[in-house]
Amino acid sequence: MRPKRKRRLYLVALLLVGVGGAAALALTAFEQNLRYFITPTEIVDGKAPKDRAFRTGGLVKPGTVKRAEDGVTVGFTVTDNVNDTRIAYKGILPDLFREGQGIVANGRMRADGVFVANEVLAKHDENYMPPEVAQSLKQAGAMPEHEMGRKQGNKL
Amino acid sequence: MWVWFHKLGSPRYFWGFSQKLMPWLIMACCLAFLIGLPWALVFSPADYQQGETVRIMYIHVPAAMMSMMIYVVMASAGAVNLIWRIKLAELVAAASAPIGASFTLLALITGSLWGKPMWGTWWAWDARLTSELILLFLYLGFIALYNAIEDRRSAGRAAAILALVGVVNIPIIHYSVEWWFTLHQGPTTQGMRVGGSIDPSMRYPLFTMMIAFNLFYVMTLIKRTRTLVLQQERNSGWVREMVGSR
Repeated sequence: MRPKRKRRLYLVALLLVGVGGAAALALTAFEQNLRYFITPTEIVDGKAPKDRAFRTGGLVKPGTVKRAEDGVTVGFTVTDNVNDTRIAYKGILPDLFREGQGIVANGRMRADGVFVANEVLAKHDENYMPPEVAQSLKQAGAMPEHEMGRKQGNKL
Repeated sequence: MWVWFHKLGSPRYFWGFSQKLMPWLIMACCLAFLIGLPWALVFSPADYQQGETVRIMYIHVPAAMMSMMIYVVMASAGAVNLIWRIKLAELVAAASAPIGASFTLLALITGSLWGKPMWGTWWAWDARLTSELILLFLYLGFIALYNAIEDRRSAGRAAAILALVGVVNIPIIHYSVEWWFTLHQGPTTQGMRVGGSIDPSMRYPLFTMMIAFNLFYVMTLIKRTRTLVLQQERNSGWVREMVGSR
């Protein structure tokens, strides 16, 4: 390679390394803000903001969903398979909301430790299959776990 | 191999070579869509949780994949243009940008259409969605910058530098769902390796659609590049000769 081209090649490589390094530093600095939600375990560890709204999420614990008389007020527990958070919500739940399904709730912590949500979103996992396959996997007890239950502690 | 690359870099050789390649590409692309579209949108099974909504995936996933792949092609062509000053590379980058922007927009729109019934919201500011939106702005920035500068050569170089700076966004999009908690689900397939689980009855139509999208990109890229080559070489001997002989 001619020296001129070599120099340009180094400049391009330097540009990529520089921008990459800057981006890595910025992303590490803003790590907390880049996460869409925090887990029940982090709430237990006291990492949840006390005086402002935030999002939490986890799997809806089977057997914990309680509907009030009015039909739109609902209480349920989410879990990250380590700790649980009780959530109270008044409104329409997304179609995918069901026991064992991952959800993300936006709201704030009440003094008694119940998370009062004003928005509940369903978090789909990365498994796709036809109903018949799901049926037979369920019978065999080999249903793949929702990513929210599995990925504990694997994140940055 | 290197000789062939150098030859391909010459606009005149590229013109002849792409002319011969074109009919085959069009045929392969049509065939892939003819198989992929009915397979994905009609014959593949509904999902156990999403029902028929899962069919959006067959457009969304390939579109999102192309949006990132085309950006890498564009940035690489930009780098080749910066280092070796090959004119054709500049044209390949310029021709790629609008195609990539379209795929990005398609991924964002189909994702939004899927998000409303499944998540319960059209849009969430999570890491995956936000970084994909930034990708769209990078494409638009590239197009704007390339067209804003009068002199073609400096326009190509300035836009190439922008493309190279933006390439840092690609790994961020790709790994966003693994690095941070996002609303967007994690990766299911990466190439042929399967991370989550997708039933074969859904995986194969998805792969067919990915192949079809790839062929569509290569086809449109070559078409657009040919137009740009003709425009750029309009005063050269071989173009005058060709136009004159018709």
